[in-house]
Amino acid sequence: MPEELISGPARLAPPARVAARARALLPGIELGLLALALVLPPFLEDFWVLFATRVAILSLLALSFDLVWGYAGIMSFGQALFSGMAGYCTALLATQLGVTSVFVLLGTGALVGLFVALAVAALVILGKRAPSLVFVSLGTLTGSYVVERLARGWSFVGGQNGIPSLPRLTLGRFEIAEGPMFYYLALFVLVLVYVGLRFFTRSQLGLVLAGMRQQEGRIAFFGYRLQHLKGVTFCLAGLIAGISGCLYAFHEGYVGPGQLGPVQSTQVVLYVLFGGVGTLVGAVLGVSLVDLFSYFLSQRFETAWPIVLGVLLLLIVMYRPSGLIGLLVSDRERIGSFGRGGKTGEKPR
Amino acid sequence: MSLLEVRGLGKSYGALRALDAADLDVAAGEFHGLIGPNGSGKSTLLKCIAGAEMPTEGSIRLGTADVTRLPPPERARAGLSLKFQITSVLPQLCVYDNVLLALQAGDSLFDLLLSRSRRRLDEQVKALLSRFRLDGRAQDLAGHLSHGEQQWLEIAMALACRPTLLLLDEPTAGMSPQERRATGELLEPLRGECALLIVEHDLGFIGEICDSLTVLDQGQVVATGPLAEVQASERVAQAYLNHG
Ligand SMILES: Nc1ncnc2c1ncn2[C@@H]1O[C@H](COP(=O)(O)OP(=O)(O)O)[C@@H](O)[C@H]1O
Ligand SMILES: [Mg+2]
Repeated sequence: MPEELISGPARLAPPARVAARARALLPGIELGLLALALVLPPFLEDFWVLFATRVAILSLLALSFDLVWGYAGIMSFGQALFSGMAGYCTALLATQLGVTSVFVLLGTGALVGLFVALAVAALVILGKRAPSLVFVSLGTLTGSYVVERLARGWSFVGGQNGIPSLPRLTLGRFEIAEGPMFYYLALFVLVLVYVGLRFFTRSQLGLVLAGMRQQEGRIAFFGYRLQHLKGVTFCLAGLIAGISGCLYAFHEGYVGPGQLGPVQSTQVVLYVLFGGVGTLVGAVLGVSLVDLFSYFLSQRFETAWPIVLGVLLLLIVMYRPSGLIGLLVSDRERIGSFGRGGKTGEKPR
Repeated sequence: MSLLEVRGLGKSYGALRALDAADLDVAAGEFHGLIGPNGSGKSTLLKCIAGAEMPTEGSIRLGTADVTRLPPPERARAGLSLKFQITSVLPQLCVYDNVLLALQAGDSLFDLLLSRSRRRLDEQVKALLSRFRLDGRAQDLAGHLSHGEQQWLEIAMALACRPTLLLLDEPTAGMSPQERRATGELLEPLRGECALLIVEHDLGFIGEICDSLTVLDQGQVVATGPLAEVQASERVAQAYLNHG
């Protein structure tokens, strides 16, 4: 209840206008990364193009988790469930019915993600009372685990082996091969989703989310139906995870039970905590850097690398709860402002 | 018919009886004071009315609606607005956004997504801020305001929801005498805008702005009625003498 979320006279001292000094760094970081991503492929060997494609696809999944945890404050360990289910469904559509159109498959993936998220939300979020953090995280984790087990045991979806040798995605008569083509497809989808999420999180609805994160108990008393808001955000995140899952399956040419399970979900949580929760670009940075680190660490320390990586992640999460992006960007800018700006002439972002 | 009608309201925390068969009536537009010693159940009564606590027994009617079992957002939409005893502004949002958040609460999720009212509400935000003497601080983080300013911001936010009944729990606690006087001046113009139920320790303050008064002691209403009558009553004096 709000009385415990004390503010109180402890923060009497009004520090000089930190706000006016803070320059807006985020747009620069975002545009810089985009420019880099656009010109990258010609300079890379094949292996690294595949690597970058995977980063783009997993960034979608990371954004999906960032949206639920960083923005709506829902600790979900089930994002891989949504992406994995979408991966399986679209894989079946391709192998059983011969559908390969990128539009149909991505659309189906998005819908599968959306509806699975809706089902999970109905069970763990949309109850009469607001569910606790632990309940939601355990609920989604268990769901993820159970579905992975089921997939392993069900021969129709390939059991342990999953569904291999998926056909290529097609755009009209054109096949989208792994490599630069697939990379640009993934990047295009990532940019679309990113721009959409930026609009969402900077809208007046984003303001409600920001308020909910700071004083969940308080803003219900303004008349906000928080469960609805959480449900909507959770489903949107499911949709994004679905798109990611479909792309992942067709990029690898394979979908397996591992893509559904808690390991994958936890991986996504780590990406986002490392990069920085509550900034969209933090999620993307998280995937890029964690995957790069993992790769180079695995070259140097053949067996010990997960431990080294784990310690690194732990240090970041302990000393920078706002993640790597928190080293660059002030809290003020991370949270942003939502009104029409004031005397300082700040642009509303 | 009164605007707010509380009947036989009880609230137990385990064995502790925080409220016991409390009755309360507030008429439309009335300024109603609520006083009592520490721990007499004032905050509990306000929380039960606003929906922050569920009463163990009794009923609460607002206008024509029985709100006893409604969750907080539905009560807010029915016209109730509350400032908690402990200030709870959104510390990491700027003052402007705090007020905007409260003002836009009636919009649909879809309108909020498209930011439809951002432009329209701008004027109302600024009007509220200048009314509560915060216009110079619109872009400062709410957490950086002084204690008194935070209280005013909260009142501004509570008012932004256009309540028919505003509940204020100790709005002048921790304020300097000047700030206290200013708060009285800020509340006075609410007359005609909404009814007010206010918890306050300063009897002078209550005497200046309230029409009627209810006294709680150990969870029970010991006196209620027009200000002058209640102030003269003996049981009130007793309640205050017994508990300091
Ligand atoms: N959440 C709670 N759990 C247990 N006891 C509580 C709780 N809230 C209030 N109380 C008790 O209920 C009684 C009334 O509290 P309160 O309504 O806050 O009093 P007041 O606002 O008049 O000072 C007090 O004895 C207090 O200790
Ligand atoms: Mg109290």
